[in-house]
Amino acid sequence: MASNRMKLELSRVVQGRSRLGVLTGLGRTSQHSLEIPGCLLYTHLGTVPHLTQDTLQTLRNIPSVTQVTLNHIAEQQEVLEDFKQGFTKFAGLHDTVLYCSLYDPAAPCPTGFNTNKTVSVWGSSGRIELTVDKFMALQKTVQPDWYQTMADGETWQNNTSRKRVRKSVDRTLAHLDECLLLHQKSQELEGAEVFGVVQGGDILEERERSARETAKRPVAGFCLDGFQSDSMDQSLRTQLIAAVSRVLPEDKPRLLQGVGRPDEVLDCVEAGVDLFEGFFPFQVTERGSALCFDFDISSNPERAGRAPPAVLELNDNQRDPAGDVPQNGDTNPEDQASVTPFEINLKDKRYRDDFRPLVEGCGCYCCTNHQRAYLHHLLVTNELLAGVLLMIHNVVHYQGFFSALREALANDKVELLKRRIRRPRDEQTESKE
Amino acid sequence: MAAVVECGGDTNTKEKHMSLKKALSVASPLTLRIVAECSVTKARACDLILPHGGVITPVFMPVGTQGTMKGITSDQLEGLGCQICLGNTYHLGMRPGPELISKANGLHGFMKWKRNLLTDSGGFQMVSLVELSEVTEEGVKFKSPYDGKEILLSPEESISIQNCLGSDIMMQLDDVVSSTVTGPRVEEAMHRSIRWLDRCIAANQNPDKQNLFAIIQGGLNAELRKTCLDEMTKRDVPGFAIGGLSGGEEKDDFWQMVTLSTDHLPREKPRYLMGVGYAVDLVVCVALGCDMFDCVFPTRTARFGSALVPWGSLQLRQKQFAKDFQPIDPNCHCPTCKTHSRAYLHALFRNDTAAMHHVTIHNIFYQLTLMHSVRQSIIEDRFPEFVRTFMKRMFPSPDQYPGWAVDALASVNVTLD
Repeated sequence: MASNRMKLELSRVVQGRSRLGVLTGLGRTSQHSLEIPGCLLYTHLGTVPHLTQDTLQTLRNIPSVTQVTLNHIAEQQEVLEDFKQGFTKFAGLHDTVLYCSLYDPAAPCPTGFNTNKTVSVWGSSGRIELTVDKFMALQKTVQPDWYQTMADGETWQNNTSRKRVRKSVDRTLAHLDECLLLHQKSQELEGAEVFGVVQGGDILEERERSARETAKRPVAGFCLDGFQSDSMDQSLRTQLIAAVSRVLPEDKPRLLQGVGRPDEVLDCVEAGVDLFEGFFPFQVTERGSALCFDFDISSNPERAGRAPPAVLELNDNQRDPAGDVPQNGDTNPEDQASVTPFEINLKDKRYRDDFRPLVEGCGCYCCTNHQRAYLHHLLVTNELLAGVLLMIHNVVHYQGFFSALREALANDKVELLKRRIRRPRDEQTESKE
Repeated sequence: MAAVVECGGDTNTKEKHMSLKKALSVASPLTLRIVAECSVTKARACDLILPHGGVITPVFMPVGTQGTMKGITSDQLEGLGCQICLGNTYHLGMRPGPELISKANGLHGFMKWKRNLLTDSGGFQMVSLVELSEVTEEGVKFKSPYDGKEILLSPEESISIQNCLGSDIMMQLDDVVSSTVTGPRVEEAMHRSIRWLDRCIAANQNPDKQNLFAIIQGGLNAELRKTCLDEMTKRDVPGFAIGGLSGGEEKDDFWQMVTLSTDHLPREKPRYLMGVGYAVDLVVCVALGCDMFDCVFPTRTARFGSALVPWGSLQLRQKQFAKDFQPIDPNCHCPTCKTHSRAYLHALFRNDTAAMHHVTIHNIFYQLTLMHSVRQSIIEDRFPEFVRTFMKRMFPSPDQYPGWAVDALASVNVTLD
């Protein structure tokens, strides 16, 4: 078995559930760490969407753990077998911890294809059916520092039957045992950490059984699957996660899959989640939006040095009375449907002559150099730079939110943070961080 | 090694001298220093001083059509060593429009580009992109593809937009005729371009900050070209472009027109060959005496996965690169080649737009590096040798050298082995 060098050091547990701490001993050389609550760096095949590595390197505080997803990688199996030196080197990555998950959290795949022995993922050229053998053969070529085991996670749809949910738990446990067996025999995977997957759909007993049984296995941590944002009501989600957290051991990290909205993140942290997949900024970017929600919980409410009032007044005068409703025919209604209260959609015509940065006071490359009007122009002209600049800002803003979250946990300000991020943007005057 | 020639004026003319200067002629905000001239060919290496810094020539200028370099940040473009790039007046005039760009402190401010910009007149796009366009003495009439409104792009309007954009080099509106058209239309267009040049010169509101280049027309007709050259070189413009080429004409005609033009253009002013960007064309046309080039090809082809290398190009999306773990060009020092293999880029093309950005960066770097090597060889007076080595590397064998390139190079005393 892996030496389990990954170590969770909890510095604080708030109200018996929210956990603050740091994951240490990450990576094959154990020199990396990741603060929790935290999120992973979401990528497409090792590349943060739209960003070249030299651009990525200019961002401060990027997560030390890079997530790659097997649906992208499975197509590269032969190539990686030839390459022999693992995915990190193949992708030209350095100084990062590689975590390999099964699915892409931003690209939900069709259901109905999993069997007792196989799980299907969708790559760029279609379905790839994985057995445990194939799954583990892939992991050997990827040589991740940390991976989730194969899992039957098709229970996120509404009205999944109890029988199907039970089967999903059983299959996932069976896959886990087989994976662990192969893992222990593999030289390539020596030192890699294994995360077991907790299933159980929306059925409390199944959730608890899955958690209990998984925890009996020699895993380094847990992935909580089947809680995807679209599939479940938030109160049910937090209830189930809280129940699962009670069953799981205190000393191992819990990674929640498919949840990324800031409000949901806060609730899930309160239910005992430590880690999130960083896909939310990507989704926001893809619909032409910039994250702009407020997470400033510093004691000075005036936020000295930021957003001079004159600018705010000007903004209010120019504000479209229709509020957040997009006015632009260029915007895709599908994009608009999913716009959350945490973002502004730069495709909206009102930003055409808005010469402010995306977020006043934000130190990212995009905000220190460019204006909303420019982003609007890039979006309406379908220019590739729009995705690049928005992704830079959104990743930085999202990371800022996570550090505010840790600060809030440390200083008993979670309630304040909750109010901040939920404050309607009208009150935020769109300009504060 | 050549003598150094200084020409052009001081960009920081003091207020009190202004009236006097105007009475003579407005000093252009451009200085050309000829650093070296090839002792064999017409090639030259110059330092061009423009309002947003120096430009060393021969120079390839990447095209950032809509106020952005295709997924590359301004910082990255600067990091690649680019000193001047293009914006397109037609596109920017439509979206976001000159008023908005004015408010953003010009195109430099809008796209946050600290170095030099060149804008075209908008005329070429109008003729090539817009079906419903009609050219009259007044200007080019066309229907907006966005709202169907009829718009007239006159020489005055083109300059007014370019004044709003604030580019360091503006191009005159010319009457563009496809280079494959012959007959009286070519002559009419040439004469009209001369008249429009005068209107553009008169319309320029910022002659102290923005340089206006004339565009030599005349199709593939040597006599018309000559007439145009004679007329336009009488005007006191800071630089000249060779236009109306690179539009599908025979390469034999193309190089003849280029060399005829450089023969008659003043030595002390920059020569810009429009729309040329293939490596062989660049090297040959430098030999014929051109200083500046632009083309969408290197950046456009990058987005289709074509990476430029000294021996041609690699189509990275082809299966043969799936397991090729070398960089695009093992001798290239661009950020892409330092980090990624052909195999990774091949895989990434199926998954993320960043793959395009990687190749765009490589291709721009390739173009700029090629021009730097050309310049260095001119300065060291070994340009003919450079050309021979370049051609040998580019083509598998001498019998594959394009005939036109062999002829063009021979015309300036370079024989290929």
